Order: sequence, then C-alpha cells, then structure tokens
Amino acid sequence: MAFNYDKYLRLQKMPTLWCWGCGDGVILKAFVRAIEKMGIDQNDVCVVSGIGCSGRFSSYVDFNTVHTTHGRTVAYATGIKLADPSKMVICVAGDGDALAIGGNHTIHGCRRNIDMTMIVINNFIYGLTNSQTSPTTPKGMWTVSQKAGNIDPTFDTCDLAIASGASFVARETMLDPKKLEKVMIKSMEHKGFSMMEVLSNCHINLGRKNKMVSAMENLQWIDDITVPKRKYDAMTEEEQLNLFPTGIIKQDTEADEYCDMYAEIQKVHQGERKKITQDDFAKKI
Amino acid sequence: MATREIISTGNELAAIAAVDAGCMFFGGYPLTPSSEVMHVISDLLPKVGGVAIQMEDEIGGICAVIGAGMVGQRALTATSGPGMSLKAEQLGLAQMAEVPLVVVNVMRGGPSTGLPTRVSQGDILQAKNPSHGDYKSITFCAGSLAECYTEVVRAFNVADRFMQPVIVLLDETIGHMHGKADIPTVEDVKAGIVPRKSFDGPAEEYFPYECEHDQPAVLNPMYKGYRYHFTGLHHDKNGFPTEEIETCRKLIQRLEDKVALHEDEVESYEEFEMEDAEVMIVAYGSVSLAAKESIRHLRAEGIKAGLFRPITIWPSPAAKIKEHTDKIKKVLVVELNIGQFHSEVQRAAARLDIEGLFKVNGRPISPYEIVNKVKEL
Repeated sequence: MAFNYDKYLRLQKMPTLWCWGCGDGVILKAFVRAIEKMGIDQNDVCVVSGIGCSGRFSSYVDFNTVHTTHGRTVAYATGIKLADPSKMVICVAGDGDALAIGGNHTIHGCRRNIDMTMIVINNFIYGLTNSQTSPTTPKGMWTVSQKAGNIDPTFDTCDLAIASGASFVARETMLDPKKLEKVMIKSMEHKGFSMMEVLSNCHINLGRKNKMVSAMENLQWIDDITVPKRKYDAMTEEEQLNLFPTGIIKQDTEADEYCDMYAEIQKVHQGERKKITQDDFAKKI
Repeated sequence: MATREIISTGNELAAIAAVDAGCMFFGGYPLTPSSEVMHVISDLLPKVGGVAIQMEDEIGGICAVIGAGMVGQRALTATSGPGMSLKAEQLGLAQMAEVPLVVVNVMRGGPSTGLPTRVSQGDILQAKNPSHGDYKSITFCAGSLAECYTEVVRAFNVADRFMQPVIVLLDETIGHMHGKADIPTVEDVKAGIVPRKSFDGPAEEYFPYECEHDQPAVLNPMYKGYRYHFTGLHHDKNGFPTEEIETCRKLIQRLEDKVALHEDEVESYEEFEMEDAEVMIVAYGSVSLAAKESIRHLRAEGIKAGLFRPITIWPSPAAKIKEHTDKIKKVLVVELNIGQFHSEVQRAAARLDIEGLFKVNGRPISPYEIVNKVKEL
C-alpha cells in the first residue's frame, strides 16, 4: 500500500512554495516516512527551521513547528530541548543558514552534543534570494554576487560537524530517498547532536548559470560528486579530491549528552550528588 | 503586604526575583555590568529543576530563551547595551510571534563598547525600539534595590498578560549597589503570579492568533496536542505565513493596540514631594536617588522642588506628565544620557522649554549638581 502522507502534512498549505523539481519535497517526504516508521507521536516532535527555502519546511509538516530567524535554528532549538528534554527536536536549515550566518550556533550545538538532529539541506547556493554565494558554493561557479566566478573556499559540512564535536554525522543525497530515509532514522534515533547533511538540487538558482539548467543535469552533478563512504575510504587522496563521501561518517554512542549532563548539575544543586570535577570525565580537555 | 529584609545587590535581586516569579529558564552570555544576574541564577535555577545556560553569544542567549518561552516556560535573559544591540532581531521575532520573556538590561556607557564598568542611562530609546518594525515596547526601570526585585516580578506577569518581551532596565549603579532591601515574601509573589492564558477546547477549534483587536495571542504550551506554527513572518490565525492584505494590517495594528489601549495596566510612577511643587524634577533609575537627596536640600533652602519618577518608561506615563507640566512652569529632566527621556517629556508636555541636566562621562550625577541646576532655572 502506498504511504499516506496526509496525516503529517498541512494540506491547506499545499502546494509548497518550492520550485518544480526541487529536492526539498523529496527530503520532506523522507523525513515524514522516517517519523512514521519510528512510531513517534506528532505531538512529541518539534521542528525548527530558519530562513530560506528550507525555512518553509516547518510550515508544511504537522508537528509543533517554529520558523525562526536566519541562522538561529540550533540556538532556538537548544532552549526548546532544554525546556523539555523528553521531546524530539529537529532542526532544518539550509547551507547559508547553517554554515554562514548561523555557523556559530551550529558549531556550538555540535560541541555541546545536545540531543537533536540538524538536517542541513545543502544545495550549494542561496536559492530563495536568487543565487548569492553560500559557504558551500563550489569555487569557480557563477553566483549573482560573484559573476566573475566564486573565489571563496568552501566548507565541508560533515568535516565541520566532526571537528566541532557532533556525535553523529551523516551525509546523503536526495537521489536515493529510501537510503535517505534509513539514514535519517539513524540520525534521529541517535542520542546526541546529529548532523544530517542532505545534498540537494537547485537547478533554478545554481544550475541556470552553471550548465545545469534542468533538474536532471543538477542531479547528475550531485551523483558525480558523491560516493559511498566505503568506496571513498578505499580511494587515494588524489581520487578523493572533489568528492563527498555519503552514509554514516561518524557515530559515537559514548559521548556525554548535554541534557543528561545538565541533569547532573541539577542533582548537585539539589544535594543529591557531589560537585562535578575533572575526575568525572575521561576526556577532560 | 508582608515584606522580608534582604541584603543584596541589584543584579542579585533581579535573579532572585525571576526564580521567585516562576522563571524556569535562563539563557545568556557574560556582559558587564549584568553578568552577576547569570552568576546567581545559574545556582538558583537547577535547585528548582530549571535550567540556566551560558550560550555561545548574546544572540544564542535570547534565542534559547524564546525557545523555552515557546515551550511554555517563563524565561529570562540579562545583558547590557551591546547585548541588547545583538538581541534586537530576536526581540522582533518575540514581538511578532508573541512569545513572552523578560530581558534585564543593566545599562553601561555607550555607544559600542563604551564604558563597560561605568554607569549610563543611554539605552532608553533603544528599549523603545530595539528591533525594526512596529510594535509597542513595555519597559520598566528600577529606581531602588527593592525595585530590582519587584519590577522583575511584575515584568514576568506583564509579559504573560501581553504575550511579548518586557524589558527591565537597571543601570550600573543600581545593579552593583549593595544594601538592604525590603521585598515581598516569596508566598506573596507566588500568590500574585498570573500565568499566561491558554485554550482548552478541541484542537480543531484552536486558532492561537485569532483574538480581539486589542488582545494578545493565546499560545498553548508545546506538546499538548495543539500543534501550531510560530513564525516571524506576517501570519494568519493559525500562525501560518500570509501576505493577505487585511490579515497583515490587522496583525500589526493589534500588536500596537494590545498595549496602547491598555496602558493603564502597565503604567507606574512615583511622585515625591509633588503636592506643592513649583519645580518638577523628572528622573529615573539611580539618578532618582540623587534627585530625592537634592530635593531635601532644596526644600531646606525654601525651594519647593518635587520628583516625578517614571517606573514604566515605555509606554511613558505621558498623561500624568502633562497633568504636572500644565501646572508647573519649571521642569528639569535629569538623566545619564543626552536627553533621551527629555524628548519624551517634551512630547508629553507639548512644551519646548523643558530643561535638562545630562551627563555622559560614566559618572553619576550628584545631588549638588541637581541643586545648582535647579537654582539656575
């Protein structure tokens, strides 16, 4: 039987604002299927988004939803999570949202390892606002703010998340929705900060001046620049250049989760345990 | 009402007040001269099952606070001028999405980094319009140690009544002042808590932003089966983004009118020696303490001076100011900025001959400076 999405969608908000052929819808559907498979009550989920095409994600799904300011998803979500750690909190952000204006909150969310999943929809461009350079725009590509060709070096979302301390890091593309759904479930099941990067297309505002005018051309490009992690790991450094590994890149189930640690702080102040000291941690610095 | 005596500082009293008023969340960032609020509340909140978190920056601090407010908690942040500047955009979202919270701003010299450890009252106009766009700020200013407590308590109740941020201004002098304060008992504060309204009918009949033209949104706590949408965009009765002309107009007009048509509920001021006053001094915050002292000296010399002290700065007690300025010829506004509230007194009085005594070098104004100025009038 075909999956019935209606229960999880705000049907009165359809059709979405997203362009024809946009990957955001594929990602949204994978997310909804993942939630259904995990058997989580809609009332127990909060979806927090930022600004940009991905920012509209939260208004289309029928959960507790928060459409915040540009780049601040993780900061809002931190308050939301700490106010009720028993609930599931999902951040949805774009590449500009998560890595440019909101970069600081992203790295500190990773560092705290607070239990939430951050879905970063990376389409390599500022799509909603007509093609400005993002921190993931490949060098040499045309953008409306760098018409002579982008010279800004790029961020690797997953490398950044690993370096910042996220305990779960994965990358998938919207090309394989079934695989995306599976990895998304893993990211949401993981306790701690989960960085879930999803590479997606924007043939309208990335592709149109970069020889990927159709969705198919843009998707082909995404296919060309990605390779499963297992294969990637077997490659030489030279072969790895300009490729992104996909799949689960890091999973550390031992890392201290922030809400759990804060509960220890509460115990200290309530006289239930001694003060936390350096001896409580294997890794102190 | 029973009171209790406590020896403390303004910043500490603000933190204690928040917890007594039912605050369960603090998010902030170290900022002189407000940091002691965080130092104190980070010990108090975990004791009562609450959370205090030092975020990565000022913006993160208020974002987390708004997030906790969305879940349904009373939440506080504390900062000073530079932090207010950074928090401005998020305060706009809290105004737009109607999320209650309290911001304590302990004022220091500005603009920019200014005079971090010295006193100023330079954030009066910033408190009126921290964010772009139209909304109606509610701002209190504590003029004594006791008021660092009582005004924070009041701010939480008013924030829940009007469903928006409420700013409590302290200045560095009041914030760091150490002394005795008579404050209400915890029992009285708890008994006076008026929680935000909620809707308990069926979910399909719940429209959080559908309300009378002069009333705030009714935002149920999160996770209770009433799934709705928060956004900083113009939105409809469900909270969903819209550009529908009449819906947009009504929304912004309502944000204005929910406060503007109920100013009497937040108005607060003190009159000191005003019954027979022939000179009216307008001062607030720590300056009002010097003004009171100056009035004792002036009266001893036969000059009938009195003090009008706004406690609610925004919306200003304009009608009351005019009532006085219609009768009293000599009016002097004394403040630690270059006339930020002076312009409001001029507006309220509809007079351009309001005198001013201003200081912006990070030092307090002494009673003698006020005495001398009054004698010149």
